Amino acid sequence: MDKSKKRALEITACKARIGVIDAVHAAQSGHPGGSLSICDALTYLYFSKMNIDPHAPHDPQRDRFVLSKGHCAPALYSVLAQRGFFPEEELLTLRKIGSRLQGHPNMNDLPGIDMSTGSLGQGISAACGMALGAKLKGKNFKVYTILGDGEIEEGQVWEAAMFAAAKKLDNLTAIIDNNGLQIDGKITEVNSPEPINEKFRAFGWNVLTMNAHDFDDIDRAFNEIPQNGKPTAIIQKSVKGKGVSFMENQVGWHGTAPNDEQRVQAIDELCAQLQALERGV
Amino acid sequence: MSETIKKATRQSYGEALAELSEKYDFAVLDADLAAATKTGIFKKKCPERFIDCGIAEANMMGVAAGLAAVGETVFASSFAMFAAGRAFEIVRNSIGYPHLNVKIGATHAGISVGEDGATHQCNEDIALMRTIPGMTIINPADDIETKAAVEAAINLDGPVYLRLGRLAVPNVNSGDYKFELGKGVQLKEGKDVTIIATGLAVNEAFNAAETLEKEGVSARVINIHTIKPLDTEIILKAARETHRIVTVEEHSVIGGLGAAVADTVCAGCPCHVTMIGIPDVYGYSGKAEQLLKEFGISSENIAQRVRGILRED
Repeated sequence: MDKSKKRALEITACKARIGVIDAVHAAQSGHPGGSLSICDALTYLYFSKMNIDPHAPHDPQRDRFVLSKGHCAPALYSVLAQRGFFPEEELLTLRKIGSRLQGHPNMNDLPGIDMSTGSLGQGISAACGMALGAKLKGKNFKVYTILGDGEIEEGQVWEAAMFAAAKKLDNLTAIIDNNGLQIDGKITEVNSPEPINEKFRAFGWNVLTMNAHDFDDIDRAFNEIPQNGKPTAIIQKSVKGKGVSFMENQVGWHGTAPNDEQRVQAIDELCAQLQALERGV
Repeated sequence: MSETIKKATRQSYGEALAELSEKYDFAVLDADLAAATKTGIFKKKCPERFIDCGIAEANMMGVAAGLAAVGETVFASSFAMFAAGRAFEIVRNSIGYPHLNVKIGATHAGISVGEDGATHQCNEDIALMRTIPGMTIINPADDIETKAAVEAAINLDGPVYLRLGRLAVPNVNSGDYKFELGKGVQLKEGKDVTIIATGLAVNEAFNAAETLEKEGVSARVINIHTIKPLDTEIILKAARETHRIVTVEEHSVIGGLGAAVADTVCAGCPCHVTMIGIPDVYGYSGKAEQLLKEFGISSENIAQRVRGILRED
C-alpha cells in the first residue's frame, strides 16, 4: 500500500478511536474493548474498499456492511461519522433517548447502517441474504460483515457458514475479530471456538489471516481473496481495547465506560498517537 | 357453502405462490419442507427464485431479512413450530425490528397437525407473533381466503405472518369474496350471541350457528382472518348488540384470538367472553378431526358450549 494512503488510514482510524472513547464516555455505557479492536478494519472498508457514497446511503448498487457483532456500534458510528454519513458531534448522543445512535445499530434510524443487528449470530445470516440477493438480481455489489470470535459460539453462525458455501456466495467476506476475549473471559476458557480457521475451511470457505492493526497486512489479505466461488473468512488477529494502554487485552473493558479521569488518559494517549502520525513520525 | 371440495390452506398457499409468480416478483425460501409446506409447487414453476435453506430455520429467517434489506419481497416457509417458535428471536430482531418485507408462510399450525403429536402442534404462534410490533398476522379460513391473503401480503410493505393448516378444509367463502386486510367478516347475522372464529374454526363456528338457528338460537358468526391489526370495530359492535361472545381457534387460549378479543371488549365494551381453544396443556397424537373434537373445536362442541352459556343466563 502507498505510504501516504497508509498514513491517511492510520490517522482516520485513530480519530475513529477518539470518537469511540468520547461516545462511550458520554453515554456512560457501551462496549469500548471490541469497538477499539475493529476500528482499523472498518476504516479500511469504508475508506479504501467498499463502493459507498455518504451522500447516497440508499443506492441499491452500493456494497453492504453488516456489523454482526452489533454491540461494537460505537466503532461503526465513529467511522461512519469520519466518512461523512452524519455529523461527528452526534457521536455524543450515543445510547441517549431520542438518539439515532441506538445502543445497537438500527438501519431505519441512521443513514449508513445497512442492517439492524445486536443479537449475536444474526448479522451473518442477513449478510448471506444480501449476498444471495445480489446473485438473484445479477448485481455486482459485495457484502462484508464483522463477527466477534466469541460470537461464533452461536449455532446460527454455523448454519449461515454452511449456507454461504452451499450457495456459493463468493461476494461475501466475513471478518472474524479474533481478540481472544469475551465477557466471561478468554474464548479458549469459556467455550472455545478454536480452531476458527479449520472450522471455516471445513465449512467450505476460503480462510485468510491478517494483523488487524496493520493496514499493509489488511490490504494484502483483501487483495488475496480468491475468486473461486467460495465465501471468504478473514480471521483478524486483534487486540481488544487497541490504542488505549489500560484497556488493551483487558476483559473488564468489554462493556464498561471510562470515567472522566480514564477518558482523559485515553484521549491523551490517542491524541499523542494522532500527533505522531500527523507529524509523520 | 360447499362442503364437497376440501383443500388444506398450505396447498392453497403453494398454489397461490405459483400463480402469483406471474404477476409479482418475489423469492421463496424453505427449510427442507417444500413437499409439506407446498412451496414445492412454486419451486417447480420458478426454480431460480426458490432457495432451499436446509434444516436451519434461524438462518433462513436471517437470510430472508437480508434479501428483504436489499429490496426483495421474500416468503420464508416452515412449520409454525419452527418458523414462529424456534426462530422467534430472529423473526423479532432481524425481521420485525427493522420492519423488513418478509412474509412468513407458517404451515402445520395448531392441533390439527394430528398424528405428529405435541412437538409439532404449534398452539403458541399467534401469541408469539402478536407481541412483535408491526407484525401483521393472517389466519385464513379456506382456499379462497388463503389465496387472497397471499396476494394481500405481497402488496403490504412489512412483515406478515401467514398461519396455515395441514388439514383439508371446505370453503366458507364464495368465489366473489373480497378479502380486506384487517377487516373481520360477518358470515351470519345473530342477536343472542356472537361466535368469533379464525382459521379452520370458522367453518365449525358457522355450522354450529346453523344448528343453533334450528333450535331458535340466533348466533352471529364473525370470521377474523386478520388477527393483527385486529378489527376492533366489528368486535365491539358484536359486544354491544349480542352481549355474549364465544371465540374459537385451534390455538392456546393464552394469547390467541380469544385473548385479543377479550382485550378489546375489556377496554371498549365489557361483556361475557368464552374462549374455546387449546387449554394450557400440550397436545398429543391422533387424527386431526378427532383431536379437534377432543379440544372442543368442532361444530357440535361449539353448539353445546353456546347452549350452556345461554342456559346459565
